Amino acid sequence: MGDVRESVPESTAWESGSGQWRSAARKRAGTPRGGGREVRARIRLWGSLGTLVALVLAALLVPALAGNEGGVHYEAIRLPPSPEHPFGTDTAGRDVFVRALAGLRVSLLVAAVSALVSTVLGAAVGTIAGALGGWTDRLLMRVVDTVNAVPHLLLGIVIVALYRGSVVAVVLSIALTHWTAVARIVRSEVLSLRQRPYIDAAISGGATRWRVLHRHLLPAIVPQAALSAVLLIPHAVWHETALSFLGLGLPPHMASIGNILGDGREAVLLGAWWIILFPSALLVVTTLAVSGIAASWRDGVVPRRRSELAL
Amino acid sequence: MLSGTGLVAGYRKGTPVLNGMDIEIPAGSVVGLAGPSGCGKSTLARVLSLLQQPWAGRVSVDGAVVTGFRHAAPREQRTAIGLVFQQPRQAVDPRFTLWRIIAEPLHALGRSEELSGRVAELAEHLGVSDELLSRRPHEVSDGQLQRACLARALAVRPRYLVCDEMTAMLDASTTAALVRVVDEQVRDAGTGVLAISHDERLLERWAHRVVRLCPAPVWEGDRRPFRGGPTPDEV
Repeated sequence: MGDVRESVPESTAWESGSGQWRSAARKRAGTPRGGGREVRARIRLWGSLGTLVALVLAALLVPALAGNEGGVHYEAIRLPPSPEHPFGTDTAGRDVFVRALAGLRVSLLVAAVSALVSTVLGAAVGTIAGALGGWTDRLLMRVVDTVNAVPHLLLGIVIVALYRGSVVAVVLSIALTHWTAVARIVRSEVLSLRQRPYIDAAISGGATRWRVLHRHLLPAIVPQAALSAVLLIPHAVWHETALSFLGLGLPPHMASIGNILGDGREAVLLGAWWIILFPSALLVVTTLAVSGIAASWRDGVVPRRRSELAL
Repeated sequence: MLSGTGLVAGYRKGTPVLNGMDIEIPAGSVVGLAGPSGCGKSTLARVLSLLQQPWAGRVSVDGAVVTGFRHAAPREQRTAIGLVFQQPRQAVDPRFTLWRIIAEPLHALGRSEELSGRVAELAEHLGVSDELLSRRPHEVSDGQLQRACLARALAVRPRYLVCDEMTAMLDASTTAALVRVVDEQVRDAGTGVLAISHDERLLERWAHRVVRLCPAPVWEGDRRPFRGGPTPDEV
């Protein structure tokens, strides 16, 4: 038996209108043929993972190994990139490479803690709203709307301004403004799960509200909540950078990407472009790596995206 | 006796699915419930299992009038009525093994001392092997899963059992096996059963009494669509 695709040319069978079918290899108009999409998705995942691991290792090891290399050296102010200083030096003669990696470590740590706190808070509010429903749900969702109505950066600035120069304040300013998205996602997930017959079966079997919540609902929302947390990390890095750039973020002695960019903006006018460029590039690469991992995860977790990828 | 009197229930305001339904399920007997799709069989099952509050009417369990539904119903009343769903795959937590599915009601009631013995007893009774007990729902067939669902419903020894199209998706041998187990419960433990099914021949052989739900005609034209109440037509 011959191959149907061989006997009827694909391009003529559908487009000429003579055939009532189209090739199984081409399931939807406009989608690329073959496995190009899957290959690209795999490259994105492994490329992002490799980049992030390399960056995290560098951020942990380089500042520790460099010792005093990242310290103040007045004889080496604003030196351009060279083999000795790959990213050049800043206005205090500090090596930008070492300082940027030390800053990345702080920024990532602050972002990860902020993402974790806001995810836990958002998941708790979303679960309570979805599971209890009624007035509790309406009240909590109006609180979410109220927080969303205020620009996040503005609200973050207010929180930081109250407790200036503290890492906890920066973490809280990010966490307390970004939990609402997680709360909405988790609430919709819980509302959908609540209608499932297995929840009815649990209630019929004598389960209390708390048991339904912690045995059935919470485990089911963990993948979505964890995904939200990972997606939040790059956003939190940028938020921390913005606060530090405005001088409201981390204390000046603590290197963060935002602090470095804030300190380096005047130096750009003196021609020291490397003080801004390299830390910014590091920030962009880190963000893309974390986003790449999160996007690959999302494609695996959310079936709709997975089916789109399969086409 | 599990009874519902003057039950009115539905999902959209103004269009009740059940309209003034009366039903009685005596202990130790099987009451069949037949009727076309959409006539309110599953709604009645949910109301009698205390999972859905009727708009009007009264449900009573062994003479005690039910005042709250779902979590608001006392645990003793909730667990007095077991429920088996039509689609077993929708009725189990996909993360649980079959053992945990059957054991869950006993866990919920804190009866951990009789846990392993009761699960093993039910599994053997329903033909669920030890190897199957360690599998998750996606690793077993619909029939095997429905056996586990019936075992779960019987785990806490309910006085009444509501089987909502329990055998609709199953082959003849599994249907026969499940019906035999339910019949043994009726005979030995005096359980009252509401057997809902499309299969009138099955109900004729299985049930002591069959109630037919017939939807009233739906008015068309200018008049507001009206879903009339079912007319109990006892055979």
